[in-house]
This record gives sequence, structure tokens and C-alpha cells, in this order.
Amino acid sequence: MTQPRTLFEKIWDKHVVAHEPGSPAVLYIDLHLVHEVTSPQAFQGLREKGLKVRRPDHTQATMDHSIPTTDRSLPILDAIAAKQVNQLRTNCHEFGIPLADLGDENQGIVHVIGPEMGLTQPGMTVVCGDSHTSTHGAFGALAFGIGTTEVEHVLATQCLLQNRPKTYEVRFAGALPKGVGSKDLILALIARIGVGGGTGYVLEYTGEAIRALSMEGRMTVCNMSIEGGARAGMIAPDDITFEYLAGRPNAPYGDAWDDAVGRWRRLPSDEGATYDKLISIDAATLEPMITYGTNPGMGIAITQPVPDPASAGANGESIRKALDYMALEAGKPLLGHAVDVVFIGSCTNSRISDLREAAQLMKGRKVSPNVRVLVVPGSEKIKKQAESENLPEIFRAAGAEWREAGCSMCIAMNGDQLAPGQYCVSTSNRNFEGRQGKGGRTFLASPLTAAASALNGVVTDVRTMLG
Amino acid sequence: MEPINTFKGKAIALPIKDIDTDQIIPARFLKTIDKQGLGANLFTDWRYFEDGSPKPDFLLNQPRAQGAAILVAGDNFGCGSSREHAPWALMGYGFQAVISTSFADIFKGNCYKNGLIPIEVDESLHTELLESAAADEPYEIEVDLPNQLIRLPDGRTATFPIDAFSKKCLTAGIDQLGYLREQAAAIAEYEAGHLDRVSTL
Repeated sequence: MTQPRTLFEKIWDKHVVAHEPGSPAVLYIDLHLVHEVTSPQAFQGLREKGLKVRRPDHTQATMDHSIPTTDRSLPILDAIAAKQVNQLRTNCHEFGIPLADLGDENQGIVHVIGPEMGLTQPGMTVVCGDSHTSTHGAFGALAFGIGTTEVEHVLATQCLLQNRPKTYEVRFAGALPKGVGSKDLILALIARIGVGGGTGYVLEYTGEAIRALSMEGRMTVCNMSIEGGARAGMIAPDDITFEYLAGRPNAPYGDAWDDAVGRWRRLPSDEGATYDKLISIDAATLEPMITYGTNPGMGIAITQPVPDPASAGANGESIRKALDYMALEAGKPLLGHAVDVVFIGSCTNSRISDLREAAQLMKGRKVSPNVRVLVVPGSEKIKKQAESENLPEIFRAAGAEWREAGCSMCIAMNGDQLAPGQYCVSTSNRNFEGRQGKGGRTFLASPLTAAASALNGVVTDVRTMLG
Repeated sequence: MEPINTFKGKAIALPIKDIDTDQIIPARFLKTIDKQGLGANLFTDWRYFEDGSPKPDFLLNQPRAQGAAILVAGDNFGCGSSREHAPWALMGYGFQAVISTSFADIFKGNCYKNGLIPIEVDESLHTELLESAAADEPYEIEVDLPNQLIRLPDGRTATFPIDAFSKKCLTAGIDQLGYLREQAAAIAEYEAGHLDRVSTL
């Protein structure tokens, strides 16, 4: 009888092309996603070495980071960004790579469009020069971010040199209470293990609360694995996964679909398979989460006070520094803290279910006059879907801005940014100093918390607003 | 890539934990299509005021930091974004090695591929190095990559981990892509048998 294996081990074993003693494994990559920011130097490397892209048919490019989220018929005013965007066009044309360009029906945030196009499938290896590639693990794929040199490696050889990571089971037992969602679940985990807690590991999320999540919720969870230090996070595929994939443009169909589902059903970790590490969290005890500090591990339940550095032991100095940057007082709650901007978007929370949640709360209400609210769909497809459901009307009537698809204020490369000192409740994934604009201050939270805070103009416990 | 074996350099201390790559090089500088020129904006928001003048309190603006080649930083250095611009910026400034108790996975991999040496030491030595490298007296550390050790001014040594393959590539000046390209036959054979990907791509 064969040894019981985890989901990760099954995918890893299947993708090892060669493994010589003293060298890392040569790992085959099924899907390579490319965007404008981390690829130009890789294409230049190919050019200098006279190399081709080995499998353009396993590669998909789009633009998301540097692009404005304003009227797409206008030229990009930032000359440096325009040059980068044009460089991606040139590179894709020269090397024969499909590109979801601005204006294309598939354009969007790279981690939103991969699943949307049906490119991301269970059992695959997926990489991209972007740390949030972990998102695709929601499909039971091994998906992780890589550097630009590695982008060049994959372009040239469709392979990567990898040392085998360790495995970490993250079990969420119980059911999530009302008003508490997938974003709260992942923020709670990172608050527990810290931003380095998953370093060296691939996380596998298991348990009742995970099984109950939609694909979109699962993507939110896997997306932020990297914020706990883990390059990859994954969830075993099940009927929810297959239902999401069925009928998508690049998904198999007919007999091939049945064959694929048959194979995918064998992917979940075997009974008796073991992990190098385990954490178990009772989802039923979780509350809406919010971050107070300058890394995603500095999170608290929204009803809790900001921690006191003096009683935080070894983390005291980090917390003191963070509170100084955030201009927050230890011991005080964040509830009721004034907010200048609310950002609903990013590869973490810009999917249709996120927008529906926010719209449901905002419908027939007005956002606080003191708050600028940006709603940025993750993709052109999501934008169209939202329009068909009249969501933009709800957002606009409430006083929020409805924008074009892209990374926008998650990374603030495109002009969508905070002014120094501003506070933002953001559905994105990083609250690092200056992440949303130099001097800007970020509170990470769920779309529901963001929408509730937008309406009240202060950090709000959404549970007080749910019927 | 130039082979890297043994080098000696002045160490300076940045005793902050969890320094993310957004601090090392903020996203607004990632619109470049080159690897060069990023050193000027290393730690830019900690280093400069809004008007571009240097913040005198920040490490890199102090006289003792001039000519430094080794950065001793807090735990979990390089977390967050996968941007390879982070090692490019550190190297562009003149750093050849970073010492910490731990490094984020993607950052560490990016370092090896560019010839920036991430050196992991234990907590007690780390505490000592943070102190020594913060002293007024210049503190020089020798990095001996073939023997995987650092040599302190008083002659003591400490070993550090590095995988055999990365070490071989760095000390011989071999580009890892060369190794991958030599696997072409194995890759072609693998592709021929890899039917898992049912796709209309």
C-alpha cells in the first residue's frame, strides 16, 4: 500500500521533472500568469540570451498594477507607467503570449482573471511574479509567487528550481457567525501566527468553516497566505470547486470534463496523511477583524482595544513603532475611529460576491460626507456582471465612486492613493507603511466592515447594522 | 554573474523586525523596466522627507553608514511583496549581504539569484551583531561563502545555512537558468507524458 499523501504532496510529486542529488527539484509549471510590473526585466533577459518562450500556450498576460482605473478611452498620463504598459504589449507580441489588454473583455487583476477564465484548475502548478499568486490555491492547485529572475526561468523552460517546502494544516472547525466572513477568518489566522509564522510552509486550509465557503471566499483566504509568510495556501477541491469551473472558457468539457473531475476527486489529502505542523481555530468564536498596525499580523477583533506595547513582550517595539506611524493610542478601541477613505477592491476582495455584500449594505443609504469611497471591480467581467445587477447605481447613489478594473489603491501605483495622514478602511491585503500612498494609514477589514464604516464615517462593527 | 567567494565589509544595524519589501523599495518605483538605478530609492520613505532632503536620524544618512556593505536587520527581513526590485535596490546601494535571524521565502530566493547573500544567525549572535554594528567604531565582518561562515573582528566565526545548489552557483558565478536549460530533454519527455492538462489554451 502506498503512503498516505497530502494534497500538496500529490501535486508536487506529479510535477517533478528531474531531481538530482544536491540540487533542487526541477518543477514543471502548468500555468504562468504575467503582468506589466514584474516581467519587463525577464523578457529583456530572454532577448539578451536569444531565447524564446517555451510554452506561450501555458502563459497568460494582463495589465493591472500600473493602470489608471478612470476612463479607459483616455491615454495613460503617467509617462513611466505608459511605457511599462506598452513594453508588456511589445513583449507579448514579440514572444507570442496571449494578452488581456486594456479594453479586452478578460482584462483584470491577474489573480481574478485566472480563475474567471477557467485557466486555474485543480492539481495544477501556477506561478506569477506576484506574491498573491497564492490565491489560486483555492482550487486545489499549488500556486505561489516568484521573483523576476524566476519569471524568466519559467518563460524559457516552463520549469522552476524548487526546494520542497514543509506542510502546515490550518483547520477551521465550526461555522462562521453572522457578519463574519472569509476575510475575518484569514486575518484572525495571521494575527495568531504572525507575518513570519508560515515561512517555509505550504498551508492547507481544512475544516467545516472552509468547506462552507464559496470559491470566492476560499480565494480570499488563500490570497492572504503570503501575509502569514507562506508562499502557498491551498484548499482541497470539491463540488463547490467543480461547479465554479464548469462551463468556463478554458475548462475541459464533454468527456474530458468527466475525466478531469474524476482525477480532481483523487486530489484531497488521504486519510492518515500527516503535516509538519498544525493549528486549529474554532471559527464559531471569531468576530469581524481589523488591523491596527503596519503589518497584516497586527489584527484584532473589532470589539477589542488596540494592544499596549508595554504588555506585548518581544513584539512591544514593533507595536510601538506601528502605533506611532498610525497615530493611534494603545488601549483604546478602533470602533468609532474616524475614517477618510474606504477602498473596496484588490485581488483579495474585488469579486462579485464582495461587491454584492457591500452593495446590499449601502443600498438606499448614503456614505458619510467625510469619506471618499472607491469601489474597484477586480476585472472587466466582474464590472459587467455588477452592471447587469445595477450595483454601480447603488454605489453611486450612496456617494461612492465606481471605477474601472485594476489593483488601484491596494498598491497605489496608478494615482489612486491616500494623502499623508489619511485613514483608510481597506479590503486589500497589506497595511504596510505607505502601501496605499506615502504617509497613508490602512485598516484592513472585510467588505462588510468597509461598507459599514463608509456609511458611518467611522470604524464600525457591521453586526450592529445587520438585521 | 561574477563568482562570489570571500568578502569583507562594514556592517550597519537596522534593528527593526518584519521589514517588508514595500519599505525596501516602495511600489511607485516599480514602474521602471530596468534593474538599475533602484539604490537611490532604497528605504526611500524612511530616508527622505517629502521635499527630498535626507532625514538625519535614519541610518543610511549617518556618516558611519557610508561605504557599508552588510546590513544587520531585524527578524523576518524581506516579507510581503515578491518584487525582485528589493534585492536590486539593496545591491544598487552597495550591500552585498544581509544578516538576520530569518528571511521571507521569496525574498531569500530572489537574493540568491542576484548575488546578495542572506545570512541567518541565531538569536544571541544576532542581538550581539545588532549592537556591535550600531557602535560608532566601524565594525567589519568577513563573509566566507565557500565555508558558509562569517568571521567577526575578534576572530570568532559563526556558520550560516545555504542550500548546496545556490552556493555552487554563487561561488562559481553560474546562472541558474543554465542548469534548467540543460534539462531540456527531461522537460520535453515530461511534457509528452503530462496529460493532466486538459486544456483548450
